[in-house]
Amino acid sequence: MPKTVKLMQGNEACTAGALAAGLKFYAGYPITPSTEIAELCAEELPKIGGKFIQMEDEIGSIAAIIGASLTGKKSMTATSGPGFSLMQECLGYASLCEIPLVIVNVQRMGPSTGMPTSPAQADVMQARWGTHGDHPVIVLAPGNVRECFELTLRAFDLSEKYRVPAIVLTDEVIGHMREKVELPDPADVKPVRRAAPKSPAGYKPYAVESDSATPLMAPFGEGYRWHVTGLFHDESGFPSNKPEVADKLLRRLMAKVEKNAADIEDYATESLEDCDIAVISFGSSAMSSLSAVRRLRKEGKKAGMLRLKTIWPFPETVVRELAGHAKTIFVPEMNLGQLALEVERVVGCRSRVVRVGKVNGELFRPEEIYNAIMGAK
Amino acid sequence: MRVEFRLSGSGGQGLLLAGIVLAEAAILEGKNAVQTQSYGPEARGGSSKAEVVISGDDIDYPKATDPDFLLALTADAYRTYGKLQGKGLIIVDSSVALDPAITARTVALPILDTAANAVGKKVVANIVALGVLGGLSGVVGSSVLETAVLSRVPKGTEELNLKALRAGLELAAGAKAKA
Amino acid sequence: MSDALKYFRQDRLPHIWCPGCGHGTVTGALVRAIERLGLDKNKVCVVSGIGCSSRAVGYLDFDTLHTAHGRALAFATGIKLSRPDLKVIVMTGDGDCTAIGGNHFIHAARRNIGITTIVMNNEIYGMTSGQYSPMTPKGLLGTTAPYGNAERSFDLCELAKASGATFVGRGTSFHVPLLIDLIEKALQNDGFSVVEAITQCPTYLGRKNKLGGAVEMLNWIKDKTVNAKAAAALPPEKKAGKLLIGELHNAPAPEFAGEYGELIGKVQRSFENIKGGLWECASNSD
Repeated sequence: MPKTVKLMQGNEACTAGALAAGLKFYAGYPITPSTEIAELCAEELPKIGGKFIQMEDEIGSIAAIIGASLTGKKSMTATSGPGFSLMQECLGYASLCEIPLVIVNVQRMGPSTGMPTSPAQADVMQARWGTHGDHPVIVLAPGNVRECFELTLRAFDLSEKYRVPAIVLTDEVIGHMREKVELPDPADVKPVRRAAPKSPAGYKPYAVESDSATPLMAPFGEGYRWHVTGLFHDESGFPSNKPEVADKLLRRLMAKVEKNAADIEDYATESLEDCDIAVISFGSSAMSSLSAVRRLRKEGKKAGMLRLKTIWPFPETVVRELAGHAKTIFVPEMNLGQLALEVERVVGCRSRVVRVGKVNGELFRPEEIYNAIMGAK
Repeated sequence: MRVEFRLSGSGGQGLLLAGIVLAEAAILEGKNAVQTQSYGPEARGGSSKAEVVISGDDIDYPKATDPDFLLALTADAYRTYGKLQGKGLIIVDSSVALDPAITARTVALPILDTAANAVGKKVVANIVALGVLGGLSGVVGSSVLETAVLSRVPKGTEELNLKALRAGLELAAGAKAKA
Repeated sequence: MSDALKYFRQDRLPHIWCPGCGHGTVTGALVRAIERLGLDKNKVCVVSGIGCSSRAVGYLDFDTLHTAHGRALAFATGIKLSRPDLKVIVMTGDGDCTAIGGNHFIHAARRNIGITTIVMNNEIYGMTSGQYSPMTPKGLLGTTAPYGNAERSFDLCELAKASGATFVGRGTSFHVPLLIDLIEKALQNDGFSVVEAITQCPTYLGRKNKLGGAVEMLNWIKDKTVNAKAAAALPPEKKAGKLLIGELHNAPAPEFAGEYGELIGKVQRSFENIKGGLWECASNSD
């Protein structure tokens, strides 16, 4: 099948990316502005023998996809702020038990019910730290509709490879906008499959060869008869209260992401090499930012743009390098400085970091970012 | 060359679909197109706005900044968005009373009436409007618009919608001839 | 028991339950019912939530899943829908199932998904040391009911029945042969089955309410229950305030995961020759 070019909605592209990755199980609960993903999965999954279920709430949704993932099926749910909040406990469960799964969070204005049909990008920190306890997580942020396809597909690949829950953080603008998308020939898509043990004999579910490795995962129902628990556990999978076991496990879980950051991190740049004004942004804010940066360039200003496609792990290296030559770094985001906090942490005092926040439920207009840059003293 | 459209009216008028078809037609012609929307909690009624940006180049900002064409099918939409209109043309339904305070170039066309009477179904006003936008902007060809309409409208309504599109194109041709 | 032992992970024993706890009796009844049915160890999956009851799964030699508080049925729903060929069993407690997990319980019942749910009802939160649960009888003491429980309790079996469960029974840790029979029937029902097993908690419910040790509590359980069949012939005063035990509801109906499988077949037949749609994206995947 050749490449196809079509007008696609962001939420539709997320669904297509998931299907390309091999999605076989979706559980979800209706919530604006993510609902199109559930509707499309309900329609498409039965055609390929996959399963869709509308659960009684978002807690049940993430629980059901963990169950399905344990049977070896690629599983996903999609939601927005209030539902994402409800999912946090089981997200931690998936992190600790190393269950691959993908959550698409189409962000809307919060807190609380907020503004259900209006965009925001204020779940940056919740996506990283929403569940209790230190835990690994991978968060990707598409910057356009095509990337909704690409990064949802990639979220599955990374989640399966590292057995870490992966979150696709989009927003109401990207989720609902339609754009020209070129889909790859399905034959060119080679989704990652999680590494499985060869035989049940001597299977130790959490045994690894190094202190940052991902263990082999057996599907339920195939004779492995293993135990999964949200309690801290040793390599046998059974609970352990031993301090040294807990310490080793948590450090390994974090190391899976930290030591593989170079493999996970992804970003796009424009005119970054010689810039002394840099803009770091993500998602729909990055579209407005790019427009502002291009205008500044046309006017002869040395402006450049770094757009993060991976938010967690935070791409420290590229930001640190940028701090070496950009005098000022602007961070436009539809919240009051969540990503900027990370930028400030990494940059230290080598560059000036300026927060450009917008929280009225509307996407930045390019001139707002342009004016913020021009007006900064 | 970036061309921006803003389609406004009330929820349920099908303006979102008209925007989608316009964007799809542009893509069929090999251009880039982005369609966005804003909406309230109402499924029917309330205000509705769809925007389409079409360009031969890469599109960064997806929304209209200074629309080249504003379509307003209701008085509310006309008053709300007409005031914001700068360089571009306002296309307003003839049923809407014009406001002298709105100074942008304006053309009033009987879009709702054409749908209800000439085409015979008021629900296709959105496709009549699409024909008007396509004809006045010239940004996409009429045959591509037809293809795009056929790919997006419900089965069994193809003839009706094509009739609506052509009626819209004629309204546009008439308006151009007068101008 | 010797044959039933093969279903235990014997290297995980002894268990952590208190001396005199009834949970081991219920777990033993489950294993005996599985043995009677000769289920394939590799095709049984047992899921639990949080609490004393949830620890049972660690001792059983199947694929086992110890989940989050109240969520066992939601995890199990994912497993059953994904792998309808597996026998999926949920072991839960009164707090886990009827308080924090109440919504999942009524919806699993409504769907009639093929999960056998065994509720170990000791009428108290044991793991957190004796707070009252939605199943604690009115008036009994708990650490959070120091003056007697002021709340009414659930009739779990009526709740299950009203919600759509297709097999419902109540047994106790005193009436072990009955409990085994009930679990066996529940496992045979192709649909959502509930077996409430009333068990004794001498450590918390017993001590707090001066109900005595395990033996006295078993007698207490015996005295507050009456067999549903026998009850039909008893005068009202003999069954007043007593809980019915035995098979309480048996109304087979199409099972959800199987029905969804049939829906898939129908959809696939009608889309066989149609191209287009997002599913092309899935044409290359496993």
